[in-house]
Formats: sequence, structure tokens, C-alpha cells
Amino acid sequence: MAVPIILDFTLQQGDFTLQLQERIEAQVVVLFGPSGAGKTSVLEAVAGLRKPQCGVIKIGDTTLFDSNREVDLPSSGRHVGYVPQDLVLFPHLNVKGNILYGVGSGSGQEIDQVVGLLELGDVLDRDIEALSGGERQRVALARALMVSPAVLLLDEPLTALDADLRSRILPYLERIRDELATPMVYVSHDPSEIRALADAVIVLAAGRAVRSGPDLDLITPA
Amino acid sequence: MNDIAQVAFFTVGMATLATLVVLPLGVALAWVLARKQFPGRAVLETLISLPLVLPPVATGLLLIAILGRRGPLGWFLAQMGVEVMFTWLAVVVAMSVMALPLLVRSARSGFEQVDRRYEQIAATLGAGPVRVFLTISLPLARRGLLAGALLGFSRALGEFGATIMVAGSLPSTRTIAVAIYTYTETGQQAAAGLLLVVSATIAFGALMLSNRLAAT
Repeated sequence: MAVPIILDFTLQQGDFTLQLQERIEAQVVVLFGPSGAGKTSVLEAVAGLRKPQCGVIKIGDTTLFDSNREVDLPSSGRHVGYVPQDLVLFPHLNVKGNILYGVGSGSGQEIDQVVGLLELGDVLDRDIEALSGGERQRVALARALMVSPAVLLLDEPLTALDADLRSRILPYLERIRDELATPMVYVSHDPSEIRALADAVIVLAAGRAVRSGPDLDLITPA
Repeated sequence: MNDIAQVAFFTVGMATLATLVVLPLGVALAWVLARKQFPGRAVLETLISLPLVLPPVATGLLLIAILGRRGPLGWFLAQMGVEVMFTWLAVVVAMSVMALPLLVRSARSGFEQVDRRYEQIAATLGAGPVRVFLTISLPLARRGLLAGALLGFSRALGEFGATIMVAGSLPSTRTIAVAIYTYTETGQQAAAGLLLVVSATIAFGALMLSNRLAAT
């Protein structure tokens, strides 16, 4: 289900300035662009890990940041499911501990649904170090999904995987999109991934949106 | 022989108590120094490290000024019927003050080695600052904290200067270090030697464990 996503803010980090003025209605928005364009900074601003100097960040009906109204929800109150590129799984917790971190021991029905969706039932008691790359990816997704996020923030979730694994994980993301209907802001370099998942794209370069909209061909320079 | 066993058990007990007493404060200070920027941070850092460089007897003198009957805290405690000077409480206080800097240094390094991204991701999953500290920072820094606790314990075990100033060398307050000094002064070399072996063995074990924890 498409939701209104407002990314209209300025974020200064040293010499780098990220400046967006995007208002998009979509379920899966892809941030596309070269390294250093500011894609991860956008996700971190939405997650509350970086504070813009001014502007508005709004997902659906929820205002996460609005400098004029002095709204700046803490990370813990934003209800986002953030999966960073390096996953950042908690090394001292096993798979189940990681997945349940955001919800505690309850939510039996929810864990069954997420674990079933991502086929993690067999590895719940394993240590994080004992997982394969694809399993780690799915655990990070499950951990983020368990908090029933208002938006899922995915930073190049398939980049570190080989082609075979990538083609096996992609359907899980499609299932998340179709079965859970969770909105996503998704960083990717891969045109095939973008075409499979996205319904809108923002092309970034040097901290600015150079093209944006529902036309996925925007990722290819005219 | 009984005296030696009593001194050894008393010292280990007091050092353990001092470590436990100083642990919450030390861990809190270590976390603040590792994670927060604030005015006066350098002053706080220096104050915590001061007992490492001050002569221990000078630290003892400072403690007398604070905890003695004319000292602000000593007077207050005396009004409440608590006598600190020349009691086991004075031993614990002296040991705690001397153990604190080593505990804080090691624990701080433990916290600094925890990748902040674990804490950030925990926050995005809905965890507030206290939960993030208890479930992420603390367990991930546990080796540094344990190493610091063992270092502090070892320092407390060998504490002499501040202890003799505030607790003297009474049978009820005599620690291994004070007893070795007293036995040597009174010509009881065998007893002093035996305590040396006991002291070295405990300290060696604690330091070995501390170094192993810090290295892994």
C-alpha cells in the first residue's frame, strides 16, 4: 500500500551537505546513486541517528522530524526497522535473542509469522557467528520486522551476497512487500533489484536529488 | 598461623567488598567518560586518576580530613552513630578510593571498544537509554569491566599507605600489607614472609585473569 513519504530536509555533516525536497507517494522508494551521494545518511536521518539542521521527515501520518514544529522523535520512538549494510547483529545474543530484541519474549503469533516468512525456524537457537551470509541477512530483516515498523529502512541488503544468494533473498523482500505491506526506503545499486521491488525512485548525486518519481527508468541517465 | 589466616581472609574480604562497593560508581564514571562530552570532563578524568599519582599516605591524609570526626562526612556519620576511622569501614573506604582509578580506566576502555552502532540499532528497535546500556553496552563491555574489577581488587589487596593512615594496624583492621610491615618491624620475619607468599599468590592469580580478559 502506497504511503506519503516526505523527505524535505537539510543535513550538514562536515563539508558534506545533504539537501532533499522530496514528497513521494509509494510503498517502496529506492535511493539510487554513486557512493558518497548521501543514501545512507538519508536512512540514518529517517531512523533518528542523524539530526537534520532543518526540514521535515514524515512517513505516512507520522511526523518523525519537523524543525518548525520542534518535533524530533528519538530513535526509540520512531518505529522504524533499520537494516544497515553491515547488519549490526548483536554478537552476544543468539538468533532468537536478536529477533526478539525489539519486542521482548511476547508476540508469539508475530514471531511465528516473521520466522515463517523468512524461513528461520531451524536456526533460532544458533549463535550469530554460526550463520551463513544469507541467514544473517534474513535474521537482520526479521529483527527489524518484529517491531512492526511503520517503515523498513534497508541499506543495500543484497550487495554483500553472491548472485545465487541474492536471487534467493530477493523473493523474501518481495514477500515482505506483498504480505506485510510494510513501506520501505531501500538503498540499491542494482537495476534488477530496483525493478523487482520499487515503485518509486530518488536518484541522488553529491547530496542532492537529481531525478525522482515513479518511473523506474530514471535510474538510467537520459 | 591463625593470625595469618585471619589477616588473609580479612584482606580478601575487605578487597572484595571494596571492589563491589566501587563497581557501580566506577562503571557509571567509565561509561560517562567513554560516551559523553561535557564541560569539566578533563577535570573529572584527572580527579579520578589522582589517587594513582598521589602518595597513598597523602590520599590517606585527605580521607582523614573528610572522614575524621572534624571532617564534614565524618562529623555527619558520627551524629548518626557511625564511626569510620580505625574500623573495617575505613579499610573499605581506603581500598575503594585506591581501586577506583584502575577500575575506571579498564572499564572505560571496555566501553570505548563497543561499536556505537550496536547501541544505535538497539535504539531504533525501541530500546530506551537504560535498556540499551543494560542489554547492549554492559554485556559487550563485560571483559573490560571484569578486567577492571580484578585490577581494582588487586590494587585494593595490596593497599598500604592510605589504609594505615585511616585504619591503623589494629588486630581488627590489619590487612596483609599492614601486617607484613608490622611483622617486619617487630622481627617476625617468618610470618611476614608467609604473608608475602599469600599476597603474591592471590595478586598473581587476579592479575593473570585480568590480563587474559583484557587481551581477548
